[in-house]
Amino acid sequence: MNMKSTNSGSGRLGWFRKKEAAINPFWVIVNKEISDHVNSWRFIILISIIALTCFGSLYTAIANIGSAIKPDDPNGAYLFLKLYTISDGTMPSFFVFISFLGPLLGISLGFDTVNSEQNKGTLSRMLSQPVHRDYLINAKFIASIIVISVMLFALGFLVMGFGIIIIGIPPTPEEFLRTVFFIVLSILYVGFWLNLAIFFSVRFRQAATSALSCIAVWLFFTVFYNMIVNLVAKAIAPSEMASTHQIFRYQEVILTLMRILPSELFSDATTTLLMPSVRSLGPLTMEQIVGTIPGPLPLGQSLLLVWPQLTGLIAATILCFVLSYVSFMRREIRSR
Amino acid sequence: MAEIIIELVDLTKKYGSFTAVDHLSLTIRKGEIFALLGPNGAGKTTTILMMLGLTEPTSGSVRVCGINSTVNPIEVKKRVGYLPENVGFYDDLTGSQNLQFTARLNSIPEKNVMQRVEQLISKVGLSDASGKKTGKYSRGMLQRLGLADVLIKNPEVIILDEPTLGIDPAGVREFLDLIVELSKEQGLTVLFCSHHLHQVQQVCDRIGIFVNGRMLAEGDIQTLSKKLFAGSPYMIEAGFDRASLSKKDSPEERFSNEWFKEIIKNVDGVISVDIKNDLIHIGCSRDATSDIARVFVERGAGINYLRKKEYGLDEIYYRYFEGGEKS
Repeated sequence: MNMKSTNSGSGRLGWFRKKEAAINPFWVIVNKEISDHVNSWRFIILISIIALTCFGSLYTAIANIGSAIKPDDPNGAYLFLKLYTISDGTMPSFFVFISFLGPLLGISLGFDTVNSEQNKGTLSRMLSQPVHRDYLINAKFIASIIVISVMLFALGFLVMGFGIIIIGIPPTPEEFLRTVFFIVLSILYVGFWLNLAIFFSVRFRQAATSALSCIAVWLFFTVFYNMIVNLVAKAIAPSEMASTHQIFRYQEVILTLMRILPSELFSDATTTLLMPSVRSLGPLTMEQIVGTIPGPLPLGQSLLLVWPQLTGLIAATILCFVLSYVSFMRREIRSR
Repeated sequence: MAEIIIELVDLTKKYGSFTAVDHLSLTIRKGEIFALLGPNGAGKTTTILMMLGLTEPTSGSVRVCGINSTVNPIEVKKRVGYLPENVGFYDDLTGSQNLQFTARLNSIPEKNVMQRVEQLISKVGLSDASGKKTGKYSRGMLQRLGLADVLIKNPEVIILDEPTLGIDPAGVREFLDLIVELSKEQGLTVLFCSHHLHQVQQVCDRIGIFVNGRMLAEGDIQTLSKKLFAGSPYMIEAGFDRASLSKKDSPEERFSNEWFKEIIKNVDGVISVDIKNDLIHIGCSRDATSDIARVFVERGAGINYLRKKEYGLDEIYYRYFEGGEKS
């Protein structure tokens, strides 16, 4: 490649002109944020925890994969996906780990996004440079999302790679695609928590306050919300004599309540993607099931099934981002 | 006269019912070193934020380099370097890396970045520390790095908010000299914001006294003192030794306060005489120090202290500040 001629060449833009032209300030901030994340102890510790647990779950999955296949299992054809879902009860499976540690990852990457910058006194310095104010918050969001994506894809593919080596069966194209969708979904889920954390980092001046609020929300969603729903469920439970229709309605109400939880949306969606035999996420009546042959759904149908969950997750993520965007833009930036 | 570079017209900023900046009008010309002086909370920083387009004025207009800051802040920020109060850097990056980041934010072509950073670092005298992490820098070094950071975009105007805060006296002197030197060298317009009077007095061309959101007076030090101490711009302090006086077998009325007042009032140019604790404060319209000394000696009064006081910024500032607080 003749660099010199490209450099001095006509107005063609490209990677080779990098030395000539300046990079857009937006990507400068993204670059810096990524290198900050990757070099921080926080990230190194988190990635080691997540990597360790993932490999732990891979180990149990591989140890149990032989007994996991039953002759009449409709998921039998999707042996490879079992790597992500099975466990022997001693250790949760890969996707359970992701749904548990994902929020932690998102929160820890986002909780001090804006307030640490302000406390260091760098925020007003950066904003007095010729950059749009929203560059800062957008770039920080993009940088964290890139870091999360790279990390989750790397982990997901590593598990896949080890799986191929150890069990010796390559994934089918559909299994591969399902895995990719699963990882994308995980990124979205972590993205929701990331945005929530960014929002708190804009709202609260102290990083500790914002971290604690994020963790409080997370605890509420994982522990207390379930209890509340259980209480409600008990209170409105129909009597044993109730009609099928009433029971059906009751089930739907409880499900709807549960689906306010992002973690519920995530686990609904992942189960459907990783277990192709799942046909419905709600209650089914006998009439609907009668005559069906248990078999896996094609990928398109599985996706269609989780479409509401997917939209819900995306909407929640966007809502958090919009909130933090608006409050950041309206905020007056003073030094420290 | 040089072209106008900063122009504020009737600028007002209200936070709810509180008026931070009240109908401020100000023009600063190219190449000037202007100091905005005022106590804490006078609205100095708010004014600067409006100049940079970081906050919107409630009414009035700001034009910097002919560009409206409220409508087009990016263009203004390309031309204006701002050193915030208590500037901070990324502690885990070196001084040089911090500057490189700013350079890239300013869209300086990649091939020039290193060259420019090194040039500025040596200019502010931090060459030895450029590879050190800024977390280990002293306050003075951070402030110098901040100056380099401001200059990296090759600005036309630099705005420094409390630039001398937390630096030791020797460092302040050095830092201010550096600013003046650089501004002369590159024809920069400098706007200082400070409540440190002495420091600013030494370096700036013009001063604006800013209290409670209003500009009480502006001009160079001479103009300000003339305006303020109309008619008596010179103040002379004289001290007499009462112990030595009383030993002399002189009539009672001699060396009394009235007697002193009488003889001094006859000196040409003396406007007021005030005696307090054996110290005579004499206000004059001209420099009458030598005449007063002669009168004392001729009349046989022993004086042990004679000093010409020039009105410094301190007096100017306190007079205005008092006035500002009353209203």
